Amino acid sequence: MIHILLILLVAVIAFPVIYALITSTLTFQQAYSYPPRLIPGNQLWTNITQAWERVNFGRLFFNSTVISVVVSFVKIVLALLAAFAYTHFRFRGRSILFPMTMVTQMLPLPVRILPTYHLMASFHWINSYYALMFPFFASTTGILLFRQFFMTVPRDLSDAARVDGTTPMRYFLQILVPISKTNIAALFVIEFIFIWSQYLWPLIVTTTADMRVVQIGLKMLLASEQIAPEWNVIMAGTIIAMLPPLVVLIAFRKSFAEGIAMQSEK
Amino acid sequence: MQEDRFPGHRFLPYLLILPSAAIIIIFLIVPFIQSVQESFFTTNPFGTKTIFVGLRNYMRLFASSDYHKSIVTTLIFSGFVIMIGLSMSLAIAHLLNQKIRGRGFYQIALIWTYALSPAVAGTIWALMFAPATGIVPYIVAKLFGGYVLNWMTNGKLALLVVSAAATWKMLGYNIVFFLAGLQNVPGELLEAARVDGATGWRTFWKITFPMLSPTTTFLLFVNMLYSFFQVFGLIDIMTRGGPGDATNILVYKLYRDGFIHMNSGSASAQSFIIFVVISIAAVIQLRVATRKAIYSR
Repeated sequence: MIHILLILLVAVIAFPVIYALITSTLTFQQAYSYPPRLIPGNQLWTNITQAWERVNFGRLFFNSTVISVVVSFVKIVLALLAAFAYTHFRFRGRSILFPMTMVTQMLPLPVRILPTYHLMASFHWINSYYALMFPFFASTTGILLFRQFFMTVPRDLSDAARVDGTTPMRYFLQILVPISKTNIAALFVIEFIFIWSQYLWPLIVTTTADMRVVQIGLKMLLASEQIAPEWNVIMAGTIIAMLPPLVVLIAFRKSFAEGIAMQSEK
Repeated sequence: MQEDRFPGHRFLPYLLILPSAAIIIIFLIVPFIQSVQESFFTTNPFGTKTIFVGLRNYMRLFASSDYHKSIVTTLIFSGFVIMIGLSMSLAIAHLLNQKIRGRGFYQIALIWTYALSPAVAGTIWALMFAPATGIVPYIVAKLFGGYVLNWMTNGKLALLVVSAAATWKMLGYNIVFFLAGLQNVPGELLEAARVDGATGWRTFWKITFPMLSPTTTFLLFVNMLYSFFQVFGLIDIMTRGGPGDATNILVYKLYRDGFIHMNSGSASAQSFIIFVVISIAAVIQLRVATRKAIYSR
């Protein structure tokens, strides 16, 4: 009984994507058949190559991948370092610095968008990877996540390391980072999906086709319609656009679920 | 309250924080302060001259019916995404939170929409609702005697469709967090309630729901940020704020005024107003989170 209900839910939630998948396998005429066609065709590869060529998807895909991987990596490293400082050391100014990091949660891009754009312009970063990456490097989520985890690490561990004469950085690299791998994987999933999905910022700071990202590629595909939207081609592009984050989520699903569970524990 | 686990390293902690702090100061705090500053100025259309206008940008906004309309649209949109989205996700997570076979499968099969971007969600829903050819208008026409469903001309319908698309995309994320929250509700407590003869419904509202409050408040805040900002791509793909101004939510209006109409003074004032709203929500969220932490000690 509960299984019927759950399978129904799974199907309803998946339906839009299944419909998109089917559309991506049709010819243009089939995509406009009435009643709408729900039987897959055999044009998937044609449509994918069409979409790929039309907006230079290969390049966009490369851009999005590089940006998402690099930004996620830097975010994780910076967050690990900061969380290490906040949990293992006592220093002056901490009571100011930590709240400052938290305040940034209230400063999402749109509340500072024009000056950030002007800053990019003054650095001559418009239409570059720098502009697409730098403003995203700080991670409040990450600092909080690792801080919470590091606080649960027993003091004996760091004491033993200290008595053995291990330097703090060695303790950090050889003990703290390895035992954080579940959290690191969870944060990687969150950040990769977050950066891959960015739309407004890339739209503003990129000006030439070769610097666009996959999300903007969708907008370009939709806009390149001749008479009516070529849904078969657009959906082929959509499938490409959603694949990488989906793969990341599925590959790291266990660590992701555990990481989230750890975070919401008190 | 935090211990010093490596005494004697005076500079190391500053060095560790430096990269994060530098990014935050250069790319977040300074631009934000500049944004507040800019909101008191106006620039001529060529961007060559800047004039101090005090609060005029704000007064003009508060007097503008376009702005009022955008606020109302945002309230409806965000209200829909938050209320409908959170209640559906909680119901689904609750359903999933029991000993059943294939739980791992159901879990991933119900949360994967989290990996879709708002723009992808927008594209797919635009296909489903495509006037005359989409599957939804087809079904509606079949069920309601040929009724023509066209969200591209019907503003109210457009707002409903973008809200539904945005909600659908966020279901996965919300379910993940509700599931994690539900798993932290102590089983003994629920067992005790059951022994006392409390019904499932009552147990849920008297025990589970209050115990979930940190998760719920966190999700309220995240969904608010999502429906305020991250949905930009979805709106841009689906409606570009239209038809008319029917889906012109605050972030979209901000983009139009700041980057298309080049009215930086007004856009900066809009940024600051949004900031105030977000801050109030953030403070409330933090309050609730810390209160819970004290309880559990």
